[in-house]
Amino acid sequence: MHTGMESPRGIWWKPAHKTEKMWVLIAFGWCMVLFAMMPLWHLKGAQNPSGIRHRVNPNDYARRTTEFIRTYKIGEDGGIPVVEPPAGSEVYLLGRMWSWQPVLKLHKGVEYTLHLSSLDVNHGFSLTPVNLNFQVVPGYDYGLRIVPTESGDFRVVCNEFCGIGHHTMVGRIIVVDDSAPPATPTPRTGGAQ
Amino acid sequence: MTAAPVASPFRICPTTGLKVNAQAEALIKANAVAATVSLLIGGIAAVLVLLTRWQVVHLLSPEWFYRVLTVHGMSMLIFFIIFFEMAVLYFASAVLLNCRVATPRLAWASFWLMVAGAVLVEVIMWSGKADVLFTSYVPLRADPLYYLGVILFAVGALIVTGIFFGTLVVARREHTYQGSVPLVTFGAATAAIIAVITLGHGAAIYIPTFLWSLGLMNVDPEIYRMVWWGLGHSSQQINVAAMVSIWYLLGALTIGAVVLNEKISRTAFVLYVLFISMAAAHHLLVDPGLSPAWKVWNTSYAMYLAVLASMVHGFTVPAGMEAGQRLRGLSKGLFEWLRKAPWGDPGFSSLVFSVIIFGFLGGITGVTFGTEQINIIAHNTLRVPGHFHATVVGGTALAFMGITYYVIPLIFRKQVAFWPLARIQPYLFAIGMTIFSVFMTFAGTFGVPRRHWDMTFSQAPFDVQYNPAVSLVMGIMALGGLLAALGGASYIVVTVWSVFFGKSIAALSGPEIRALGSGVPAGILRPPAPLPSGEPEHRGLSRGTLVLVGVFLAAFIAYYFVNWKLLSDVWRVG
Repeated sequence: MHTGMESPRGIWWKPAHKTEKMWVLIAFGWCMVLFAMMPLWHLKGAQNPSGIRHRVNPNDYARRTTEFIRTYKIGEDGGIPVVEPPAGSEVYLLGRMWSWQPVLKLHKGVEYTLHLSSLDVNHGFSLTPVNLNFQVVPGYDYGLRIVPTESGDFRVVCNEFCGIGHHTMVGRIIVVDDSAPPATPTPRTGGAQ
Repeated sequence: MTAAPVASPFRICPTTGLKVNAQAEALIKANAVAATVSLLIGGIAAVLVLLTRWQVVHLLSPEWFYRVLTVHGMSMLIFFIIFFEMAVLYFASAVLLNCRVATPRLAWASFWLMVAGAVLVEVIMWSGKADVLFTSYVPLRADPLYYLGVILFAVGALIVTGIFFGTLVVARREHTYQGSVPLVTFGAATAAIIAVITLGHGAAIYIPTFLWSLGLMNVDPEIYRMVWWGLGHSSQQINVAAMVSIWYLLGALTIGAVVLNEKISRTAFVLYVLFISMAAAHHLLVDPGLSPAWKVWNTSYAMYLAVLASMVHGFTVPAGMEAGQRLRGLSKGLFEWLRKAPWGDPGFSSLVFSVIIFGFLGGITGVTFGTEQINIIAHNTLRVPGHFHATVVGGTALAFMGITYYVIPLIFRKQVAFWPLARIQPYLFAIGMTIFSVFMTFAGTFGVPRRHWDMTFSQAPFDVQYNPAVSLVMGIMALGGLLAALGGASYIVVTVWSVFFGKSIAALSGPEIRALGSGVPAGILRPPAPLPSGEPEHRGLSRGTLVLVGVFLAAFIAYYFVNWKLLSDVWRVG
């Protein structure tokens, strides 16, 4: 036998020993499991990053967001409009340096189509503390069918570097539970309710 | 040795018996020095970034944090690693094949081109004209000279890969070796092929972006992300192929590890070439521009065949070490081969830690986060840098450090200075990096973002509360990082001192070098005994390794399915 520093002499294309063969087979089997899990989750799982994907002109997206805010606005929170869209509706969230517009009020267990896009550079939609993360790319509309499965007061942290004010870019999503008694959550800042 | 005629461009290495070409040796030295300077700059940046993210210290202003983070990424991931890989290419071709460098003058021209590119990029970054981070996602705009510097560096590196292939041809034509090239050279060749693919992507994105920065054309942000990651991720795959080659090399040098089966190891390297460049998809899994089918197929490197390659090397490298030890008599029980290994040889300890950290921490997390749906709970959180600090730093950089302890005596022909420090350096670095990346990944599990100046969100319109455990987790991460930085600083002190002020051993013969006793790694002091010729009985030669890979697979399966469980608990999304 020889080391990896030496030229192998003669013909080295030889059958592998049993132990090596066995490990290659096990590893290959595991790789197939890894692969199968993704299509399987598309069929059976409830979390997939598929969405509805379109190119969009940033100005058009801004217009849609403005229209969306105008239609469903219920108040303001620190100067940012608060919007309560009906169940099943198209919801628009706009990222720009360095804010998310608008604040959303959603209902637990209800499906919405949440559209994400940016007016300027890349941003990152990171729902905290749920830990749900999506890339927000200017010129692209990412329409994700979401169902909030818990109520609470959530934050949208930008987790893609977007310039010097990146760390100040925080939005808000409030999820209310219609089945629970109406215990008004105390707003941490501003007054959304 | 001193009696060799001046005209001869070769010397015979008294330890390995290899014919070492003078030009190859000088090029290896120059690239190694450039790599170490880059490591120093990147390392200083690392500590500054760390002390800012550690909210207790919060050292830098936001401007300087993002600037220094850009410097850290470029200096480490591009300049340090690629300069070192250029040295590896010269070593694996000219030195291991006993031949001359194909075109030495062009080799020097491309070295200086790379230096010029790197200096330009550093100057632009430090002067605050490229606060765009490593990825420089369009439409964030840097000074045009920044992109130009990257292009110059990449062109230089591309020429060096060409010289590597040219040198292989020279060796073949001049019959400087018999049979096939050694496995280490084969692995380095796959790294060079991946480098060509990678640098092709680099040209395809940095040239348009350079023109865009001058206002001459448009670049689509999503297409930028896709092609840029063809460079950004694939360049890490050059590292993987180079690192695995160094694993085989260090195994051979330190304990005389054998190649169990050339066919299996070489096929695994070929799988890297064929599939690994698809991994750009790992960064685009929650992007709006690409279909689920594209994501699933590409993120899995066509059904995980590149992962298969790494799992194969993860077996054959330790199994070759075990077989080499067993054939030399260390055959008791499952682990005598490991227990009685030269743990005081920094080359050996680096090798072992590099394999473990790369596989257990980097590999498992990487495959898990690179799963299309699981990426939803990982993308752009601290889980991502937690993963790649395990692969690139704990894996690649540590392997590079390990081989340096052999490069200093064999190529620079100097005694390794501060030997006791050199012996513990891999331990400091490995333990520090392990704590750092484990706790960084853990913090990311709570959703803490990467590349973020202020986790307290003091200037944000809404307050943000992370799990109360996060500040403790990040405190431990910071301590691990500081320990790793201490290990990194030790490496720089040892190597710089050895190279510039170390005691020369150039005039010593083989036995005189072996009589030194300290300042030279064990693999040189007591070279592994020659193996009996002929094919040995394979039975039981790698049974210890089989246990180790069994533990690895169990950890892999557990972590993978725990993450599916975590994913199933978040909001429904589709």
